[in-house]
Amino acid sequence: MSTEVHRHLDQELDALRDAVLRLGGEAEAALQRAMDSLANRNTEEAREVLEHDDAIDQLEVEVDRRAIDIFALRQPAARDLRFVMSVTKMAPVLERIADHACNIARAAIDLNDEPELNNHMRIQEMGEIASSMLARALDAFTRGDAGAAREVINRDAEINSLYNQIFHDLIELMAKEPSTATRDARLLFVAKHLERIGDYVTDICEMTVFMAEAAIIKHSHRDDS
Amino acid sequence: MTPQATFTAPKFEVKSHASLRSAATKIAVEHLNFFYGKTQALKDISIEIPERQVMAFIGPSGCGKTTFLRTLNRMNDVIPGTRVEGKITIDSDDIYAAGADVVDLRRKVGMVFQKSNPFPKSIFDNVAYGLKINRVTSSRSELEGRVEEALKDAALWNEVKDRLKSSALGLSGGQQQRLCIARALAIRPEVILMDEPASALDPIATSKIEELIVDLKKQYTIVIVTHNMQQAARVSDLTAFFLLGKLIEVNSTEKMFTAPNEKLTEDYITGRFG
Repeated sequence: MSTEVHRHLDQELDALRDAVLRLGGEAEAALQRAMDSLANRNTEEAREVLEHDDAIDQLEVEVDRRAIDIFALRQPAARDLRFVMSVTKMAPVLERIADHACNIARAAIDLNDEPELNNHMRIQEMGEIASSMLARALDAFTRGDAGAAREVINRDAEINSLYNQIFHDLIELMAKEPSTATRDARLLFVAKHLERIGDYVTDICEMTVFMAEAAIIKHSHRDDS
Repeated sequence: MTPQATFTAPKFEVKSHASLRSAATKIAVEHLNFFYGKTQALKDISIEIPERQVMAFIGPSGCGKTTFLRTLNRMNDVIPGTRVEGKITIDSDDIYAAGADVVDLRRKVGMVFQKSNPFPKSIFDNVAYGLKINRVTSSRSELEGRVEEALKDAALWNEVKDRLKSSALGLSGGQQQRLCIARALAIRPEVILMDEPASALDPIATSKIEELIVDLKKQYTIVIVTHNMQQAARVSDLTAFFLLGKLIEVNSTEKMFTAPNEKLTEDYITGRFG
């Protein structure tokens, strides 16, 4: 291959990386804003999260299109192959994270119409861990840092543990104060969305480990789900 | 000659190739050096080539892969001023040992070249040539049977069975190359060396040669030199990467093209070499 051809391949790989990182950034922002809208009872912000979801879907399509072009026209091998493979598997995961953020925003809109529950604290803590995991996962991917990705994977247990605590608290609350059951159920769904986001972030980190080390660690480290 | 005890051929990973795990070594090369006059073209090559598998040699032009291929049936012997050090055994027989029968070796190790080179004879005579000069067959009917068998093995029989007396030069490039493969197969070798056998062919003819290679490995050990990385990925079980006369890495083809062990291999495979 000529130097010119190499440059084009590198440019295409860079453009693919940019696209997936934009998608990641949008998913991160959607999660952050959805949790803010819940914490601050800001329905307007929740609606903006929902309105922005189409743009996130389009970014996923852009990542797909760029990856297909590289597969078809460049036949990537070795580290390039692993990178493009990882990105194609990460893009739908990031899009799903944004979908969960939308579901949290929908829950916020419903909850904001009702009297406030004072059981937000742990859910906010869960949201902060999920946001932090996602940010670190994207950072690890950007740097191709398998060690950092593994550290993020280990944090999924924190989210799962919090989810279990919140689940029991809310079930108990529903039994004690049936009048709050609808709101409790909505919060339970929010907690479940965050728990799923933790799983998705783990998937992203597994892709980073594959990209960096060619090691397939999927299904090798989880004792839950 | 290097003592057996110091032989350290590169070991390949065989995590998903069940057949490779059980394959016996057909060709063993130990500390091979090769010189064109004072120029050393191959440097301390050690490798094991398993039986009834396809091994691809890849690497940039001038890296020594074709020179190495030609050492496997002593084709370099005809080049004046060349010198070989080290040891190559096929089925444990040292092919460079004093008294080794080169004619017998080349019967056992057939070769197909980059450019098809049919003789200006009929299709039948091209395939029968090796059988005749080696006096392999004892009757006309046996000769015809062996020619038919070779043409069938080379996936050419159906295309030429009605014009066996026509000139081989009237065949297409792809057919001529398969004829050359049939010519090599006719004397029933055990190893087939292929030096860029599809480099001059269109994609359809290339595809036929590749399918043929995959089919032939059921019976033969095949070593192929190719510049086409996708071809190496498609047809071979193992891939060896050469650079500047050195063997850099041998690995299962799957591993080589997804996660090679050596950075030099990775740079070459991803097109970022040099």
